Amino acid sequence: MDLFLSQLMNGVGRGVIYASLALALVLIFRTTGILNFAQGEMALFSTYVFWQFTDWGWPVWLAILATLVLSFLGGAAIERVVIRPVEQSSPLVVVIVTIGLFLAFNALAQLVFGTEAKALPRAYPFEQWTLGPLTLESDTVALVVVLAVECVVLWLLFQRTRLGLGLRAVAADPDASRLAGVPVGRMLMFGWAIAAAIGALSGMLVVPTTPGLNAGSMQTILVFAFAAAALGGFDSLLGAVVGGLILGVANTMTIQYLNVLDGIELVVPFGLILGVLLVRPQGLFGSTRVERV
Amino acid sequence: MAALLEVRGLRAGYGAVRVLHGIDVTVDEGEVVVILGANGAGKTTTLRAVSQLVVTEGAVEFAGESLVGCRPEQVARAGIAHVPQGRGTLADLTVEDNLRVGAYRRRDREIDADLDRWYGVFPRLAERRSQRAGSMSGGEQQMLAIARALMSRPRLLLLDEPSLGLAPIITAELFSRLRELNAADGLAMLVVEQNAGLALDLAARGYVIETGEIVATGSAAELRDNDDVRRAYLGV
Amino acid sequence: MRTRASVGRWVTAVLLGFAFVYACSLATSDDIPRLQLVAQALYFAVAAAGLNLLTGYNGQVSIGHGAFFGIGAFTSAILIKDHGWEYLPTLPVAAVLAAVVGVLVGFPALRVKGLYLALVTLGLATIFPDVIKRFFDESGQGQVTVRSRLLRAPEWWPAGIGDRYQWAYVLTLVLTVVAFVITAIVVRLRFGRALVAVRDHEAAATTLGIDPARVKLGAFGLSAAYAGIAGSLSVLVLGNAEANKATTFNLSILFLIAVVVGGTATVLGPLVGGWFVVMLQDQVNTFAERPDRLLGLPVPGPVEDFVRGKTVLTPAIFGIVLVVSMYLLPDGIVGASRRGWNRAWAAAQRRRIPAPVPASDGPDPQRKDRT
Repeated sequence: MDLFLSQLMNGVGRGVIYASLALALVLIFRTTGILNFAQGEMALFSTYVFWQFTDWGWPVWLAILATLVLSFLGGAAIERVVIRPVEQSSPLVVVIVTIGLFLAFNALAQLVFGTEAKALPRAYPFEQWTLGPLTLESDTVALVVVLAVECVVLWLLFQRTRLGLGLRAVAADPDASRLAGVPVGRMLMFGWAIAAAIGALSGMLVVPTTPGLNAGSMQTILVFAFAAAALGGFDSLLGAVVGGLILGVANTMTIQYLNVLDGIELVVPFGLILGVLLVRPQGLFGSTRVERV
Repeated sequence: MAALLEVRGLRAGYGAVRVLHGIDVTVDEGEVVVILGANGAGKTTTLRAVSQLVVTEGAVEFAGESLVGCRPEQVARAGIAHVPQGRGTLADLTVEDNLRVGAYRRRDREIDADLDRWYGVFPRLAERRSQRAGSMSGGEQQMLAIARALMSRPRLLLLDEPSLGLAPIITAELFSRLRELNAADGLAMLVVEQNAGLALDLAARGYVIETGEIVATGSAAELRDNDDVRRAYLGV
Repeated sequence: MRTRASVGRWVTAVLLGFAFVYACSLATSDDIPRLQLVAQALYFAVAAAGLNLLTGYNGQVSIGHGAFFGIGAFTSAILIKDHGWEYLPTLPVAAVLAAVVGVLVGFPALRVKGLYLALVTLGLATIFPDVIKRFFDESGQGQVTVRSRLLRAPEWWPAGIGDRYQWAYVLTLVLTVVAFVITAIVVRLRFGRALVAVRDHEAAATTLGIDPARVKLGAFGLSAAYAGIAGSLSVLVLGNAEANKATTFNLSILFLIAVVVGGTATVLGPLVGGWFVVMLQDQVNTFAERPDRLLGLPVPGPVEDFVRGKTVLTPAIFGIVLVVSMYLLPDGIVGASRRGWNRAWAAAQRRRIPAPVPASDGPDPQRKDRT
């Protein structure tokens, strides 16, 4: 039982990692309808920038803040400069462009910052607490807290602010929004900017818990983040979080308990997603478009 | 006195296909003007040209300012509200959210008061205010689209085939609301319609477009008496 | 009659003819790396052609075709190495196996659409290396190497042409031509039109008597078979089959890139795209190793020093080229060529035919009076 609980905890710990990046993916998809392959690598680049600030001796909190601001601006710039020209083209073209960004960001990070692994400081003290049979790490707690705050802030943004209304309008129908006077271009930039900031936060919190920052740091996380977003429903922020948690737990549990699947544990989480999608093709919390014809 | 909307020699099209070959249209303050024509004649393109949704050549002036080259958002900001063909409701948003989007550009404190007003004029919207817009009937969506346009307190309302796909009784109700609106607020309207009978009842003046050119114009009464118009559009 | 289309077809045929002659001339070459490179471009094109049928013509996006490629590759490799088969018989087995898995993957695709389907295929590409490692590869390297001796040409191979790499090259060339001819035929058949109909408007397609399920499953199976054949050929050309997380994922992405850059839903697009992807990679890799010349021009010293040995340059440049090519050629190279051809034709026509005489002035009796 103890093992079960502690592995559950592990699963949750992994799950929030996937959820944190999935949130950014869902955000961009919700606001712009684009599947951003480059999300992980953008977060990676931001994390490298964060490292650079800490390497220069900046206090961690300042480094985080500065990186967030730069990522926000960077995300907006990317939408304006790279994505805007092809936004009207077929979705496949946009996918290819984001793939190009994926490759470029990953390579650029290595070219600019070097290929050796880097050590990253945590933003909070590393602690372990034992509550009965469970070992709780401050890493998990920090991520859970940040995730919760992000969700609340995003919910408030979308449902209670004018900006959020504009974002939702543009996501629903950019052309109709244009006619209503909503500055569509600005909304799209905002969507990318916020997603970039969330991704950066994800990277800055997650990577310090790994052995070191390197070019591959975000790649597995990206695949799982995509999977989490698909599981939860690509247009649901809650879905991203729930999807991530389910994936994390399923993955950890499979590794621990299903030895027959040794080496192919991934079958379970992906099988799970497939199963869910077969029953609900729009994901757990995604919305089907129901319209009067 | 200069007209509110003045269009001269308007040419517009889609890519290589030229649809409008030099249109002249004017709408004065407080006027309801209708554009009649068959499918494909260029009625919708005329409205889209005013809103700068298509590339235009010629003059399009609103309250003395040229609109040519502006972005559609800027046209909306200038005081023109365009209700496109097919309503253009934001299907995933609630009725109330749709209305608030209409007021997106406004910074004043009377948005809630306006909401109440339009709920009063279109009670069915009030009943459904938290409902997803996409789940409403065509007639209700049309009312929503118009109410959303009105939320921006426009000076000119562009309506593209408001009767399309609606049952006659709904259309009649819709048009009487529009008439009331024009009477109460003096809101100018440029209405594109295939239903000539209803349109000529509502409008003060009208134009008839055929293959991208104006072929007839006059007061509503004149057009109704025009033999060609009667034969082609009124089925008489 | 000399129409734009018929002359266009002639021009394409002539260009293809030249390309084919060049390709054939390589058959007797001793430059093994070059042979392998061109062969790689060819079987890449085959895989891309398969993906194009599924994604371009049928609208189902797959980011998992690296897995079908791998299935073909490992089928051939294992049959040859562990079971003593000759190479040629492994080809149809590889194709069929890949096709079967393709159809199996196609079943969920009937229910799961668009974006979600793409991610399911991504899942496939992610799981595939693990499955291989667990069941087929005890060494745990994710690689199966086949000795060259086992990949030699069969007895009926003419003595004048080399029996290892030249054999591999010629077989690849032949199969590539066959694959593209088949594609050209399929596209014109009812099935090909059904692919497009189901893509554009599934509901309307059913009213035409098309069964969307059959079409979609068929598309998956056929495209997987193409990829499987390409994978099998890769074993013959390179001597090994490889499947780890990076390669399967990379291949899937590269195939998609080849399809889009070449031109989706065109017959020759994948050929151009496959060529583009493989050659670009090779060029950038070579440049990174020896950056003293670029496109024949000398490179300044400091740039040279910065670039030397930086293998990470390849994905960087690749990424940038990708983004730029999508701006310039959103409908791919073939699409852009078509547009260019149309424009050139129109310009030539204008110069040959005098402008039409304008109609006589005066009121048109058909027009209504302007009041």
